[in-house]
Amino acid sequence: MITALAIVRTPNLFVAVMLSGVFSLLLAANFFILDSPDVALTEAAVGAGISTVLFLGALSLTAEHERAGSANRFAALTVVTATSLVVIYATLDKPPMGDPNAPVHQHVAPWYLKNTPELIDVPNIVTAVLASFRGYDTLGEVFVVFTAGIGVLFLLGANPGKPAQPSRTPALDSTKGLRHYLIPRVVGRLLVPFIVLFGLYVQFHGDYGPGGGFQAGAIIAAGIILFALIEGEDQALRVLPQRALMGLMVSGALLYGSVGVAGILLGGNFLDYSVLGSNPVAGQHIGILLIEIGVGLTVTGVLLSVFFAFAIRGKS
Amino acid sequence: MDTLIDIASWLLLSFGGVFVFIGGIGALRMPDLYTRMHAASLTDTMGTVLIIAGVMLQAGASLASIKLAAILIFLLFTSPTSTNALASAALLSGLRPGEALPWRKESET
Repeated sequence: MITALAIVRTPNLFVAVMLSGVFSLLLAANFFILDSPDVALTEAAVGAGISTVLFLGALSLTAEHERAGSANRFAALTVVTATSLVVIYATLDKPPMGDPNAPVHQHVAPWYLKNTPELIDVPNIVTAVLASFRGYDTLGEVFVVFTAGIGVLFLLGANPGKPAQPSRTPALDSTKGLRHYLIPRVVGRLLVPFIVLFGLYVQFHGDYGPGGGFQAGAIIAAGIILFALIEGEDQALRVLPQRALMGLMVSGALLYGSVGVAGILLGGNFLDYSVLGSNPVAGQHIGILLIEIGVGLTVTGVLLSVFFAFAIRGKS
Repeated sequence: MDTLIDIASWLLLSFGGVFVFIGGIGALRMPDLYTRMHAASLTDTMGTVLIIAGVMLQAGASLASIKLAAILIFLLFTSPTSTNALASAALLSGLRPGEALPWRKESET
């Protein structure tokens, strides 16, 4: 909470971005203490990692200090205070955290715990719920991420056909700069393949431990962003051109939707995985694997597209 | 033997915490960016090694220990590198050692 207050109060946006990274990390630790490692991993990867980089990219295009606020803050303050008091009053009725007599622990959770081994048979129940039982919601999440990516690309006008601007890191080109940047370049080049490998591990290990598509997409995007930061954006764009990134974005969402439609074509409902394999459990495994790949592709594509859209703009 | 391991990991964890705490105080009290980074990064790395060693002793010889060792190696690679990158960036952006930080200058004048 101290971090949140500090973020609101500081006029220097750079400080606010750093503090929001700290806030995300603290929140991730909090989630982990509350026994939810999947959420903690996602929060740490996306909030403390990628978001900070994207905010810094956006800051490089705008000013560093917040402009003076508009008038009439008192009305806004009263509205916010009233709403938050109402919300806090509503939470007073909530059962205490972890109470075994809470309704969610009486009906919903035992049903999932009992039926996952026989219907889906993956050890990580969070992935089973996310990918199969509530697969429709996850479809919505993927399309939200996809829409956000499209929105940013519309706003920033990234044109896949235009050749990339000259490198924005002039220090890397001059001989004096290269000498200073040698150590991060060497270590970064050493680390990027391991980061991408770890991202792939997290992607496919989501069935057995914390992991899955969202975290893996964020980690792989972080590895490629590291490569882009070290080698310059034009080099990174030669490896992964804008068209390939858009292809990643689209193919992830398309894969997810196709799995759903394949369920219909093979005789079941939309997003019914049981008909995809020889027996229902094998079908569930195939379905979860495919949609997690779809999620990972879309998240990677969107995060990288947004990063390159900011980075390509360059300093005016 | 178990008590010995417990005492050893207790010592390692508390020393690691003390180092990180010292680093925090140094990061606040030092006058200049470079001295602050020196304080924070050296103590952080030492604290990380001690804390992970302490936790590894608690985990025993299991898969978790190997994962912790991998995390330690990763942190030993990246933490000094990021400090170096930060110091290079500060130097290249024109901040000379011994000069006060920009916003400190603003608040003092």
